[in-house]
Amino acid sequence: MAYVAVTGGREAVEKSIELLSKYRTGGESQVEIEAIQERMGLLIDRIMSEAGFYAPEYAALALKQSEGSLEEAVFLLRAYRSTLARSWYSKPISTEDMTIHRRISAAFKDIVGGQFLGATYDYTHRLLDFSIMDETQEDVKKIKEKWQSMQEEAEPIKVPRVSDVLREEGVISCGKKEEELEDITLDPITFPAPRSARLQTITRGETGYVNGLAYAGIRGFGQSHPTVGELRTGDVEIIIDYPMAEGEELYVGSIVCTEVESFFSEESQEESQEETNELKLGIGYGLVFGRNDNKAISMSILDYILCSEGDGILNNQEFVLLHGDCLEMSGFISHLKLPHYVTFQSKLDRVRSTAKKEEPEHE
Amino acid sequence: MNKEYNYGFLDEGSKKAIRRALLKAVSIPGYQVPFGSRELPIGRGWGTGGLQITLSILGDDDILKVIDQGSDDSVNAVSIRKFVTACTDVETTTDSEEATVIQSRHRIPETPLRNDQILVLQVPTPEPLRHVEPLESVTRKMHAEMDYSAVWLALYEDIVRVGEIEQGADYPVMVEDRYIMNPSPIPRFDNPKLHMSEALYLFGAGREKKIYAVPPYTKVESLGFEDFPFKIENMEGRKCHLCGAENVFMDEFFDAATGTKMYQCSDSGYCMKRRSEGMNHEE
Repeated sequence: MAYVAVTGGREAVEKSIELLSKYRTGGESQVEIEAIQERMGLLIDRIMSEAGFYAPEYAALALKQSEGSLEEAVFLLRAYRSTLARSWYSKPISTEDMTIHRRISAAFKDIVGGQFLGATYDYTHRLLDFSIMDETQEDVKKIKEKWQSMQEEAEPIKVPRVSDVLREEGVISCGKKEEELEDITLDPITFPAPRSARLQTITRGETGYVNGLAYAGIRGFGQSHPTVGELRTGDVEIIIDYPMAEGEELYVGSIVCTEVESFFSEESQEESQEETNELKLGIGYGLVFGRNDNKAISMSILDYILCSEGDGILNNQEFVLLHGDCLEMSGFISHLKLPHYVTFQSKLDRVRSTAKKEEPEHE
Repeated sequence: MNKEYNYGFLDEGSKKAIRRALLKAVSIPGYQVPFGSRELPIGRGWGTGGLQITLSILGDDDILKVIDQGSDDSVNAVSIRKFVTACTDVETTTDSEEATVIQSRHRIPETPLRNDQILVLQVPTPEPLRHVEPLESVTRKMHAEMDYSAVWLALYEDIVRVGEIEQGADYPVMVEDRYIMNPSPIPRFDNPKLHMSEALYLFGAGREKKIYAVPPYTKVESLGFEDFPFKIENMEGRKCHLCGAENVFMDEFFDAATGTKMYQCSDSGYCMKRRSEGMNHEE
């Protein structure tokens, strides 16, 4: 009697999980957590960003545990994070105090404080480098020594914001300030969603999804082409109110993040005495964990589109915000693999009852 | 129990927030209460809504049964049971009459539930208006105004087009003449079990972040027209090849060796109990 699909389930599940450990340990080399964390930094950044949980070491562990599956790693971090009690909220982070690793502007050639390319793949030629195929410890050591000596001499860089100059000039339209901030990890998002909830949702969004939607937004399904006013990556400090003494602050650590302000031209909302309205610059804002230029730029584009009125598909908050969570999208797609015997039986019953009652005609 | 995690996996604050949402849901039968759905180590779409409810209401005296498609041994039921027992100390059972809490996907057990039992159903799509209106902000308003004409019209259009209502499982119900509600993808065969039931039904949609409830002795009517009444799946002439039961919901399958069509109780616990009481196909 072969009816294996719903019997012996327990054993099948256990064996399947055992088999995973065989896949995970293929080959002879060991993958050390430190190696993943230090050498796969951009992957770690992406996972932490989508998980909404800044924990490089745990992200590396999650990658090791999941054979490098991005969605599994994000899932592991999120599930872990949801067990942790939220004891404090940090004070607002001032990205103006960021210690800069990289800072560029596509709006002005010269900006106060200067541009710093930092480390970027933008100008590499994408040629496979066969010379690092058999890189030795000695090779790596040489590179490290070279940078070590330079780092000791370097001064930390802090620079003002590009948009400050324009704000002083009065050409930037000022948005509304929200007093109460939402926390989407504690309360469900409701619509129309305030900007704080929108930004939180997009920064945790699946990177490919955020980039794809932003691409659609600037290609033809959104308002216009933005100018990246400023993109900055660097360390920012996390500060909380010291719980033991009122008025005192406590430094709890620093994180790397990438921030973008994009400029869009827009019609001024202020009443004008003239026949025509003024144009102003609107700002789209992006901030993501780690080094991730594109996601931060894409976030700023989506933020701007969602802030503006319109009946395009990307102005639709529910469409944009409800379909980009890595866990939700992969969870619901993957659930289709679960048995649907009962629902299918029910569907079959409907199909059969509408089948033509008369005998098929023979020619 | 795994001591690295809190009892019931979620932290106490989260469990309390979920119980608060449950109280509201019970107070307004059929109304979808938004809640701050937490991530669990189980896939979104794999029962996390039901699971968050189960984890929030379980205590040490509870006896838990977990079923998927009626079966205790289905892969996802196994996985969920394993997870709950790893982070609580509750006993589990396959006997629906012994259980105090039953978490289920896509079925209500055949044996009528009692007043001291809770059935937790996993819900993929809590919004019955979603196929007529994609926007949540609009459907909330439609519920508030009891504007259900689009749903009735959709049912009517089905009848005109194909002579039948297309919806198979997850067939919408009207709760206490007020809210239209998705009963989760249970077969239509199970819909009548919700009406004036002695037990408490709790519905959890983790991905969609909604909780709703049907308290005991609540009026629950499946939608239908006077001249085109609600119909359950036709189980006539079907007999379980293992226990000989009739008039229960059957899985249909084809014998792998001979290709003959066969039937078997979808509720595996019910079937097993009948067989242990000596009933079989020949009787």
